[in-house]
Amino acid sequence: MNEIVPVVEMTDIAIGFPGVKALDGVNFRLFQGEVHALMGENGAGKSTLIKALTGVYTIDSGTITVLGEHKQFSTPAASQAAGISTVYQEVNLCPNLTVEENVLLGREPRRRGSIDWKGVRSRTREVLAELHLNHVDPGSLLSSHSIAVQQLIAIARSVEINAKVLILDEPTSSLDADEVNQLFRVIRDLRDRGVAILFVSHFLEQVYEISDRMTVLRNGKLVGEYLTRDLSRMGLISKMIGKEMEALAELDQAPARTRARTGSEVTPFVEARGLGRKGSVSNVDLSIYPGEVVGLAGLLGAGRTEIARLFFGADKADEGSIRVKGVSQRIRSPRTAIDKRIGFCSEDRKEEGLIGDLSVRDNLMLAMQASKGWARRIPRRVQDELVAEYIATLDIRPANPDALIRNLSGGNQQKVLLARWLITSPELLILDEPTRGIDIGAKTQIQKLVNKLATEGMSILFISSELEEVLRLSDRVAVIKDREMVAEIKNDDVSVEDVMTVIAGGTQ
Amino acid sequence: MSSLSTLTPLTVKEPSPLRSRMRGGARYAPTLATLGLFIAMFAVGAGMYPSFLSGQVFLNLFIDNTFLIVLAVGMTFVILTGGIDLSVGAVVALSMMVSATLLQQGWNPAAVIFLVLVIGGGLGLLMGLIIQYFDIQPFIVTLAGMFLARGLCYVISLDSIPVTEGFFTSVAQAQIPLPGDLFVSPGVLLALAIVAAAFFILHHTRFGRTVYAIGGNEHSAMLMGLPVTRTKILVYALSGLCSAIAGVLFSFYSLSGYSLAAQGMELDAIAAVVIGGTLLTGGTGYVLGSVVGVLVLGIVQTFIAYDGTLSSWWTKIVIGGLLLAFILLQRLFARKTA
Repeated sequence: MNEIVPVVEMTDIAIGFPGVKALDGVNFRLFQGEVHALMGENGAGKSTLIKALTGVYTIDSGTITVLGEHKQFSTPAASQAAGISTVYQEVNLCPNLTVEENVLLGREPRRRGSIDWKGVRSRTREVLAELHLNHVDPGSLLSSHSIAVQQLIAIARSVEINAKVLILDEPTSSLDADEVNQLFRVIRDLRDRGVAILFVSHFLEQVYEISDRMTVLRNGKLVGEYLTRDLSRMGLISKMIGKEMEALAELDQAPARTRARTGSEVTPFVEARGLGRKGSVSNVDLSIYPGEVVGLAGLLGAGRTEIARLFFGADKADEGSIRVKGVSQRIRSPRTAIDKRIGFCSEDRKEEGLIGDLSVRDNLMLAMQASKGWARRIPRRVQDELVAEYIATLDIRPANPDALIRNLSGGNQQKVLLARWLITSPELLILDEPTRGIDIGAKTQIQKLVNKLATEGMSILFISSELEEVLRLSDRVAVIKDREMVAEIKNDDVSVEDVMTVIAGGTQ
Repeated sequence: MSSLSTLTPLTVKEPSPLRSRMRGGARYAPTLATLGLFIAMFAVGAGMYPSFLSGQVFLNLFIDNTFLIVLAVGMTFVILTGGIDLSVGAVVALSMMVSATLLQQGWNPAAVIFLVLVIGGGLGLLMGLIIQYFDIQPFIVTLAGMFLARGLCYVISLDSIPVTEGFFTSVAQAQIPLPGDLFVSPGVLLALAIVAAAFFILHHTRFGRTVYAIGGNEHSAMLMGLPVTRTKILVYALSGLCSAIAGVLFSFYSLSGYSLAAQGMELDAIAAVVIGGTLLTGGTGYVLGSVVGVLVLGIVQTFIAYDGTLSSWWTKIVIGGLLLAFILLQRLFARKTA
């Protein structure tokens, strides 16, 4: 065992950004023919370590050796030349070009200075066939394919360079179960061929399914390297979050909240009948009562977000009706929805939710000022008090109102987004994937907050890909399948399997 | 390998080959729309004025717009990367001023042309370096370049300088005969050669494909290990070089140098590129489309000349309308494919 030289060995790596030590004294080894999971909460330094290895960041100190040779990568091109290839979460290919170009861009076969397009086509066919993607037309535009296929095409690109090291950064975060299985088969096959694979994911089950070894980071420091079979899930979690174990224990006893009163004697806050929109979703009958958490369950792409957008007026419904507090309403725009005290935390916090270049304070104030009208300025003193209050309540870190949003971790960004809506004191809050891609500590806090808000009388529409989470928090679960609402289940002792059966069979 | 053979194909809905081919075809739609518009305008012109339907009227579109074609070629590269170059008109004027002045002082015309190309390419290179290494908006950097070049024109001379040198005048008057009593100018051949070279570079070299990749997603292109920095700088150098060539061609055409020449020509070039179907956001478009874009601008002018009663400013109004129409068309189109 001692004679085997690691493909990649990083020793005593340190990287700092202004005011932060992102990595400090981290060691990392990657061997041929293994899947190695890099674990840690958001902000633990996983992305930074990967970027050091791929030449996006330059290391301040430490050494990187690849196959025993010292390397100092200053550009992604240099890292790729050393046989390291990366597939990022947000597929980094060019949507405007064809599949074959994306596979071979920068390495197209040439004949007398001119790209040999026939060679490009046949080489792409070969590589796609190796990954059993024969049905993908090499001449089609990348953007015409689903994210799952785009990700496999990105892997095809690495196979094409004959990469010795393949880094997969959160590859499964937007895939459904079938697609994950397909990806895993490809990963295992590459591993069997001797590729060293570095795998990063927030899904513990997936990490246990696919990885052979793991390295755990916490706060930019190395916790340790373990064989996956030797480390229990609880052991791993405690290493990842350190002293925050009690938070996790609390979570298991979370749904102690008294169930909201529903039924004919109470008016629901919002009531949708036959709500739908051409080409989007149809047939949504859903009532949400004050103090109630209603979960939307369904596969990715089943139409969950679309329903949320109808309730918020981000898309206009063209069939059915909505009543708010018993009064029939047409919600034509988010503006109307906000007037009716409906808030919407969007799934895509970067694109639709927060403004990265503004500070925490400014982001919080945006919502507040918008609801008060632009004419009346909120005095700085009141601003400071409010912001401090929300930072404390939601435990936003760093607890600095002037920190720029884009420097916050995903979980903390999510908290700021939540706070932004809470400031406007909505009566219905729609949360679309509020816990996706954030670490366990922050996840627990957000789940507890949802419970607390509902106890205080707020109606909540909760959307998440994690069924366990939906079931833990919701009073009722609406099951969405193929862009229709197919069932509504009262959540008493419903198991994940029960919901899965409904999704699979579509039986009421 | 054994595990792969048991793989079932991914059960993701893929577009049928027919649909994917239509999508592929749809990429050419804006350019084809421009071509259709051009043909329609030509047909309407022929219907209204019998003399319109002649080969020479068509060829004159090229002869009168050689410099704009060359400018549009350079601009296409820049816009494909998602950038913009506002300096080109001023660089054309500067090139004309430099040539006219030096020729007046008895310089060898070959040396003059060489120097002008070096100045144009060098200015472009400089702007590219600033844009890339200081990470400044191309709009601002090339705006500064525009003021610099235009200012230098006035420094050289406030008055128009005639070109009387033999080589320049003979090229200006030269006509290359074509069958059927038609002719083109030497500049047209040069411009078409440049278009052909640009087409080859864009579609058959790694540099060209990198230009498209940058326009599609610059960050991805960088992460894919493509030479993004070098390509972006070169694109501006190329545009500067094209501006200098356009300046020389304009000198052949007008046989003078004047500080106020080519005012707003950068905007004509941008308009031609956009009307030709290149998206201002980068990544999509064709150099041949830009040529058709120039021809559309040319035919609008021809129309107004034939009419005789309209003010020539109507050209600007029509071009503005067309530009708006095409941007709207592209927007609708992008929505449909999204």
